Amino acid sequence: MNEPSPESAATPPAAPVSIGALFFGFLKVGLSGFGGVMPFARRMIVEERRWLTEAEFLDVLSLSQFLPGPNIVNVSVIIGRRFHGPSGSVAAAAGLMLMPLVIVLVLATVYAQYAQLPAVRNALAGMSASASGLIVATAIKLARPVRGSIWQIAVCAAVFAAIALGRVSLLWVLLVACPLSFALAWRTRR
Amino acid sequence: MSSAVLWELAGQFFVLSLLSIGGANAVIPEIQLRVVETKHWMTDADFAQLFALSQAAPGPNVLIVSLVGWKVAGVLGGVLAMVAMSGPSSMLTYAVAHAWERFRDAPWRIAVQRAIAPVTVGLILASGYVLTRTADHTWGAYAVTAATLLVVLRTTVHPLWMLGAAALLGALGWV
Repeated sequence: MNEPSPESAATPPAAPVSIGALFFGFLKVGLSGFGGVMPFARRMIVEERRWLTEAEFLDVLSLSQFLPGPNIVNVSVIIGRRFHGPSGSVAAAAGLMLMPLVIVLVLATVYAQYAQLPAVRNALAGMSASASGLIVATAIKLARPVRGSIWQIAVCAAVFAAIALGRVSLLWVLLVACPLSFALAWRTRR
Repeated sequence: MSSAVLWELAGQFFVLSLLSIGGANAVIPEIQLRVVETKHWMTDADFAQLFALSQAAPGPNVLIVSLVGWKVAGVLGGVLAMVAMSGPSSMLTYAVAHAWERFRDAPWRIAVQRAIAPVTVGLILASGYVLTRTADHTWGAYAVTAATLLVVLRTTVHPLWMLGAAALLGALGWV
């Protein structure tokens, strides 16, 4: 599905990418990282296989981050669509999720066998504490570009307070925060 | 496994799929709210352990969703939860991808990106807070959380080493 557009006319046409290449390319990405695979996706797509330029990838990434859904699944859908339409999207997303899903379900089944052992439960409790730290670290890294503007810090703090402290339903938080944040972004546009 | 539970599970993640702006990490508090407090499918401790397991497996962080499905309805539940979590958002993404490319330099598009960023950061910070409150009940646990945070922010040590060290400390009964 390669409709001509001003942008695609400006960049050289991408080399043909087969459905199989999409499936296996994303299969490898799915197996690459722990707790997030985006850096590996970028390396495969931009550096190794050259399916997209760096700028095109950033464009795909920004859309994936602003739409709902797992970001990396959205990336696979957009890139699959670009080369093969719906079947490309299905092949890329299926390739991405297949092995991680198999592995995590096997891991869970094995864990269930031994979950009653105190040492196993305690090990998991230790890992839970560590995993919480990982998420806080992710948020702090993402917060770096937000720190520059007062209104962005205010929106961030309000969303945090509503969800973490107020335990307000996500739907309500998004219905209020997204339009408000957009209005502030629009007023302060450069 | 009754099919009613499977439908219920699929329905929950179908809705969450369209609410998950900022990805799977951003909806952890909402998942916990639904599966622990509203549906009573598991305890807080179960949820924290599933999250830890999801971090210990290779792959995207959305795997927590399939572990929640697995806990509620076995392997079929795990697959179904993942499909439900990815389906609606993927269709939406597919539908708008072309328009996004066309409006590359539109002012509203740049404003949308600047608007979404702080919402996402707030949501993921809230996930970190809720997970910490859920997982940590001892000073040892808080120390492990803080140590992981510092090491990840200050060094290039792979996070998997931190999970492994924390598992060992836990198994020894120190957390």
